[in-house]
Amino acid sequence: MTNQFLWVIFPYICMAVFIVGHIFRYRNDKFGWTAKSSEFFEKKQLMIGSLLFHIGIVPVILGHVAGLGIPKAWTQAMGISDHMYHMGAVYGGGFFGIVTLLGMIILTSRRFTKKNVRQHSSASDMIVNVLLLFIVFIGTYASLVTNAVVPGFDYRDSISVWFRSLLIFRPEAGLMGAVPLTFKLHILAGFLIFAMWPFTRLVHVWSVPLNYVGRSYILYRKNSPSA
Amino acid sequence: MKIKAQVAMVMNLDKCIGCHTCSVTCKSTWTNREGAEYIWFNNVETKPGIGYPKRWEDQELYKGGWQLKNGKLELKSGSKLSKIALGKIFYNPDMVQIEDYYEPWTYDYEKLTNAGESKHTPVARAKSVVSGDYMDLEWGPNWEDQLAGGHITGPKDPNIEKIEEDIKFNFEKAFMMYLPRLCEHCLNPSCVASCPSGAIYKRDEDGIVLVDQEACRGWRYCMTGCPYKKVYFNWKTNKAEKCTFCFPRVESGLPTVCSETCTGRIRYLGVLLYDADRVLEAASTPDEKDLYKAQCDLFLDPNDPEVIEQARKDGISEEWIEAAQNSPVYKLAIEYQLAFPLHPEYRTLPMVWYVPPLSPIMNYFEGKDSIKNPDAIFPAIEEMRIPVQYLANMLTAGDAQPVKEGLQRMAMMRSYMRALSSGKEFDESRLARVGLTAEQTKQMYRLLAIAKYEDRFVIPTSKKEQHMNVYRSQGSLGYEQMGDFGGNSSNNQFSYSYMENNDCDGCGPVVPTKTGKEIYEENFYGGIWRD
Repeated sequence: MTNQFLWVIFPYICMAVFIVGHIFRYRNDKFGWTAKSSEFFEKKQLMIGSLLFHIGIVPVILGHVAGLGIPKAWTQAMGISDHMYHMGAVYGGGFFGIVTLLGMIILTSRRFTKKNVRQHSSASDMIVNVLLLFIVFIGTYASLVTNAVVPGFDYRDSISVWFRSLLIFRPEAGLMGAVPLTFKLHILAGFLIFAMWPFTRLVHVWSVPLNYVGRSYILYRKNSPSA
Repeated sequence: MKIKAQVAMVMNLDKCIGCHTCSVTCKSTWTNREGAEYIWFNNVETKPGIGYPKRWEDQELYKGGWQLKNGKLELKSGSKLSKIALGKIFYNPDMVQIEDYYEPWTYDYEKLTNAGESKHTPVARAKSVVSGDYMDLEWGPNWEDQLAGGHITGPKDPNIEKIEEDIKFNFEKAFMMYLPRLCEHCLNPSCVASCPSGAIYKRDEDGIVLVDQEACRGWRYCMTGCPYKKVYFNWKTNKAEKCTFCFPRVESGLPTVCSETCTGRIRYLGVLLYDADRVLEAASTPDEKDLYKAQCDLFLDPNDPEVIEQARKDGISEEWIEAAQNSPVYKLAIEYQLAFPLHPEYRTLPMVWYVPPLSPIMNYFEGKDSIKNPDAIFPAIEEMRIPVQYLANMLTAGDAQPVKEGLQRMAMMRSYMRALSSGKEFDESRLARVGLTAEQTKQMYRLLAIAKYEDRFVIPTSKKEQHMNVYRSQGSLGYEQMGDFGGNSSNNQFSYSYMENNDCDGCGPVVPTKTGKEIYEENFYGGIWRD
């Protein structure tokens, strides 16, 4: 029963809130949709923290997509041995995980110790900050430590299969039973932050201005006469 | 050729008394809100000085405006790609910070009424509105008022630094002037170009530059991009804000609040017609010193039949063409060449123009015999208390000649009018020496000295009836729901939208959902108009 809740019901609730929440927020609160930068108040620590975090998190997310999304059989078919894959995941993932973690530590300490930054942080900013720090820490720990001390465990045979089963609406909670605790915590906290996402500053991720690169510099807006 | 109209401003610095009425009325209209305490859409600086924010004219520091890179116009803060690819989106290295402006404060007024009996008078201490802490005031929005501390900050004025000869800041040599500043509503706005979200735009009809509060995502490149540092960060809403050129007033044919309330009547508002196809070319002029000329060349003679015909083709209404013909801005900036753009070297083609101040030298030639020898103005301009080079560094990218000529025309006008009103002889051929006719000089005098309201402000109303339901949109406008920062934004709490369906104004046409008859019946019920 607990397994059903943790690995089926809870993830689905989080995913539903994630999707519906975003639609709701976008339709009702475009004015509140912002990157919410605090650079105006503090710049030095932000430089190191923000750069480390963002430069780390992008490869980390790509790594998650690959690790969770691509079945083991496919990579094997491409001629990538499990050992090669594992080395890439541990060293590459570990490296960027640590970069992200360092960034997150600096950003969190900045948020709580710099007075002007703290005062202009909402409860949601603080919670997101701490939760992200936890997720990044436990994720890096699981990747570097748990993987080493539990050698028989391969998340691509359990977590990844379970995750894909969720996406195709044939959830298999049983696959998560034997997964080490650190991974479990990482996953649950991860789903939690997805549920919180639409209601926090994290929405700025979807505003990455990729179309800026291709557009013209000067923009005009015209009151067109009604046709 | 593609003709567009721009509502532009001229300020006659010769008459500015530095009273800050413009700043105060602007602030109480637009920025007396939480998060906007430090924001002055309009401020008046005493020059020489470092200004607000500190050293805003130092583009090596703030990277505002445009530069030519291999002959191509590029933002000084970096190309579009570099902002995304180099991680500047995660951290903007050139961003101005609150201490560069000043930390806004209030006073602990309660102390004055609540203090118990004591030996000393209770004091209301300054308290930061950012942190809430007591603070010692070391800088403010107008710290250099009337040259206060000028011997310290004056030499750090970038316009002073660019003067080769040594400028003395001792009492005998001291000089000062006022510089009221607001958004320039540029023809080639670098804030618009800097905004990755496409939230800042230039209005096609009147050239006013606005921030769409619902599209702004708070990336803050605009603050860096604007070389005048006139796009601000509201730290409560986390969005960019800037001078709106009081567009709700301008649309109704009224002057901006700063212009309306100017006690010295130094501000002029009018329409300029320009060739939008040549903006980029003008902004890319290779030599900085040619930029002033290139900008002037963009503006079209509103009395030229060909221009009028093309303007009609490009959708400019008769009312606007007529306004352009009567525009005081066209007269001062283009016809008389008295007004100059602020820092044309930023290549943004700014649209707030300045008539340089003349006053401190007038004694040279308003004394005895001055009418007999009006040519004394030529050497006198060179000996002005405010060095011409200083003005030129601000107004013409360092080219002193146009500024000198402008000042000579003003001085000649004074001599001429002085002779006229005191019934003395004046050889009118002297006017020709500065490129004026007697008629022009009289008109110039009327515009500058008499400065009637109708002459200063020639603003055509916007043609709203052509694109929106004006009946439905009445009474809903602007920043009306400020202070409500919650999630409830469905009522357009910050957007410039007037329409009942909450569409952003200027984003497109109103789609009529009802027939005229239905609307009529709905509103006109039983002989009573319903709201």
